[in-house]
Amino acid sequence: MNLGSWLLWGFVATVVLTTVLAGSQGLRLSRMNIPYLLGTLATPDRDRAKLLGVGIHFVNGWLFSLLYVAAFHAWGSATWWLGAITGLVHAGFVLAVGLPVLPAMHPRMAGEQRGPTVVRQLEPPGFLGLHYGYQTPVSVVVAHFLFGAILGGFYSLP
Amino acid sequence: MTGEPPRIGDYAVIGDGRSAALVSNRGSIDWLSWPRFDSPSVFAALLDRAAGGSWRIAPVGPARSERYYLDDTNVLRTRFRTETGTVSVTDFMPAMDEADKRLLLLPENELIRLVECEEGVVELASRFDPRPDYATRRTVVRDCGPLGLRVELGSRLYTLRAEVPFAPSPDGGVVAHARLSGGQAVGFSLSYTAEGPAVLGPLGDFARRKLDATVDWWRRWAARSTYQGPHRNHLVRSALVLKLLAFAPSGAIVAAPTTSLPERVGGDLNWDYRYCWPRDAALTARALFGLGYADEATAFVSWLLHATRLTRPRLGVLYDVYGRAGRRELELGHLAGYRDSRPVRVGNAARAQLQLDTYGEVIDAVAQLARRGGAFDRETRRMLAQFGAYVCGHWSEPDSGLWEPRGPRRHYTHTRALCWAALNRLLDLHAAGKLPGIPAERFARERDAIREGVEAKGWDTAIGSYTQVLDGDTVDASLLLLPFYGFADPASDRMRRTRDRIAERLGAGPGLMYRYEESRPGTEGAFAACSFWDADCLARSGDLAGAERAVADTLRYANDVGLFAEEIDPATGEALGNFPQAYTHVGLINAALSLAEGHEGSGARDRDSRLTGPVEERAA
Repeated sequence: MNLGSWLLWGFVATVVLTTVLAGSQGLRLSRMNIPYLLGTLATPDRDRAKLLGVGIHFVNGWLFSLLYVAAFHAWGSATWWLGAITGLVHAGFVLAVGLPVLPAMHPRMAGEQRGPTVVRQLEPPGFLGLHYGYQTPVSVVVAHFLFGAILGGFYSLP
Repeated sequence: MTGEPPRIGDYAVIGDGRSAALVSNRGSIDWLSWPRFDSPSVFAALLDRAAGGSWRIAPVGPARSERYYLDDTNVLRTRFRTETGTVSVTDFMPAMDEADKRLLLLPENELIRLVECEEGVVELASRFDPRPDYATRRTVVRDCGPLGLRVELGSRLYTLRAEVPFAPSPDGGVVAHARLSGGQAVGFSLSYTAEGPAVLGPLGDFARRKLDATVDWWRRWAARSTYQGPHRNHLVRSALVLKLLAFAPSGAIVAAPTTSLPERVGGDLNWDYRYCWPRDAALTARALFGLGYADEATAFVSWLLHATRLTRPRLGVLYDVYGRAGRRELELGHLAGYRDSRPVRVGNAARAQLQLDTYGEVIDAVAQLARRGGAFDRETRRMLAQFGAYVCGHWSEPDSGLWEPRGPRRHYTHTRALCWAALNRLLDLHAAGKLPGIPAERFARERDAIREGVEAKGWDTAIGSYTQVLDGDTVDASLLLLPFYGFADPASDRMRRTRDRIAERLGAGPGLMYRYEESRPGTEGAFAACSFWDADCLARSGDLAGAERAVADTLRYANDVGLFAEEIDPATGEALGNFPQAYTHVGLINAALSLAEGHEGSGARDRDSRLTGPVEERAA
C-alpha cells in the first residue's frame, strides 16, 4: 500500500466531501450535517459538537478511504471512474442502510416511532435522509461520487 | 379571521435575543420572524389578517383576557376567563446561560406555549397556520406522528410538537381542540431548523423546566440593574425590551422587531425597523450604562465600532445585526398592511441617505465607553480620527437629518449640533490622552465655526427659539436634545425659551408631543420619544417637578404590559408605528435617569461633565 498517497488523497477526498455537504446546507438543499451528528455522540453542546464532529469526520474519512484503497488493490487498478462507482455504492449504502439505523446507534437521536425524550431529541434522518430535506440524497450521492473519484483518480498503486 | 383587528397596543412581545414574536391579547401570535429579527416572517397576520398566517390558542367562545409579564422577565402570561372556567397561556422563547446551553440539546429557535386550566372547565382551540417568507410560500403541514407537525421549505424546517392532536383545517393550516379541567395542562413547542438535524424538544416537565430556566435567566439579568430611582418598574420593563431587541451574538440592538406598522392608520408611513441605527448610539449607551448594564453597553458600542469599519469614514444610516448594510427596500404588494396601511415594506431605503448627525451619536457613545475606562486600540483611534476629519470636511453640507424624510436635504440645526458634539468629544478624548495624534487645532477651529453658525443662523429672534433648520422659523423636538449632547446649557435663556416654544407649537396634550411642525393631527401621531426628551430637558434644567409630571403624563400611554410604540395617537391614545420601539424606551430610561440624578443632587454632574473638563475627570 502507498501510505503517503492514501493519507494525502484520503484527506483531500474527505475535505471535498465535507465541503460539498456543507455547501448543500449553505445552499439550503439539505440539513444533513455529518460533523454535528457525529459530535453529538459525545456532547449536546452545539458548537463543541460541530468542532468535535469535524475531527471524527476526518478520521472516518481516512478509515473509509482505506476500504476504497483496499478495493483498488484487489482490482489491481485505481481510476477515477472505479472510485466514483465505489462512491456511488457507498452513498447508496449510507442512504438506504446507514441513516435509517442511526437512531438505534446514536444516544441522542429520537426514534421514528417513539418521538423525542429528554435525552433523545435529535431528529432522525429517515429513509434516504429525506427528513433532512428532499435534496439530501442528491447531495450525499454527489459528495460520495467525488470522494471516490478523487481517491481513484489520484491514489497511486505501488 | 373576523372582527376588528387588534390594536397595536393589544400586542406584547416575546423573544430570545435573536428573534421576536408579537402575541395579541386574544392569544394569537401574529408576527414572528425566524431565525433573526430581520428574517422573513413565519406569521404576519399583523400585516394581513387573511393571508399573513398566525398561531392562536384561546378558549372557544367568549372570554375576557388579561395578561402580564412574569415579574422581571419577558415571559408573557395571558389569562382567559370564560363562563365555565379560567385558563392561562404562558408564551416564551427559551433563554438561558451559555453554560446551561452546553448541557442540553436545544433547537436553533424555539417558541413554547404552555396552557394550564386554572379552574373550572375550558374548551380550548388552537389554529396553527404558518405562512413563511412573508406569506409568499404555499405550505403543507405534514403530520409525522411522534416527530410532530412539519412544514418544510427546502432545507428549512418548522416543527410543531403538541400534547393535543391537530387535524387539517379547510381554511388552511391545522386545528386542535381540547377540553381542559382545573389543573390540567398541555404544552406546545414550535421550533425552526436550518443548520442541521432538528432538535425536537420534549414537552411536559421538560418544557416546564425550560420555563423555569428562562424565568430565572431573565430575573437574574433584570436584577443586575443598579437603578433605584423613580418608576423603577417601567425602567426594568424598558431594559427588558432593550435586552430582548439586542441581537445576542453581536450586541447590536434593532430599533423594533416589526416592519410597516403605520405612523398613521391607513397611511403610507410604514417602514421596516428591524435594523440598527447608529444614530441611536449615544442615547442607548447612556441608558444602558445608566441602568448598570455596562456589559451590554460595551457590547453595543463595540459592535458599533466593528460594524462601522466596513464603511468608514462614512457612516451608514443603518446596519443589519451583523453590521452589513440593510437590505434594499421592497414593497410587498400581496400583503394588505396593518388595517389597510399600505405599502408593506421590507428593507429600508433610508440606508442610502446622508445623515451627518450620526457622527456625533457614535463618537459620543464611544466617549461614554472611554469615560468608563474603555481603551482604544490603534485601529479604533485611527477610525475616530477619520470620523473627525470627515465631519470637518462635510459639516456644512445639507443632510437628511434625524427624521430621515424622503425629500431634499436641508441644513438641520440638530445635525449641526451633533457635528459640533462629534468634534467636541474627540477633543475631550484628546485632552484626556486617549486619542493622541489628531489634528486638534483643526478640529477645534471647525467645532467653533459650527457653534458660531448655529448660534447665528439656528436661532430665530422672532420666535425666540432655536429652529429646525438654519435660517428657519419652525421648531423641532430634536432641539430638546441639545443639552444632552452638551451643546446648550439646559438652564440657559436660549434653551429655556426653545423648550417653551416647542411645548407651545408641538404639544399635543399632556405628555404628548409632535416631532416637528409638519406633523399635525391626521398626518401622524405624537412622537413618544420626544415627550421623554422634554422631561429629560426639564430634569437637566433643574425643574424636577415639571420633569416628573412630564414623565408621569407620558407613562399613561404605555400599554397594559408597559410597552411603547414609536408614536401615540393624541385623539385616541392608541399606539402607532413599529412596536415595541427601542428609541421610545431609551427615551424613557434617560428621562428617569436624569430625574433620579436630579433628586440625588447629581443632575449637574452629568450635565456639567458634558460641557467642561477632560474625559478622565468625568469618571469621578
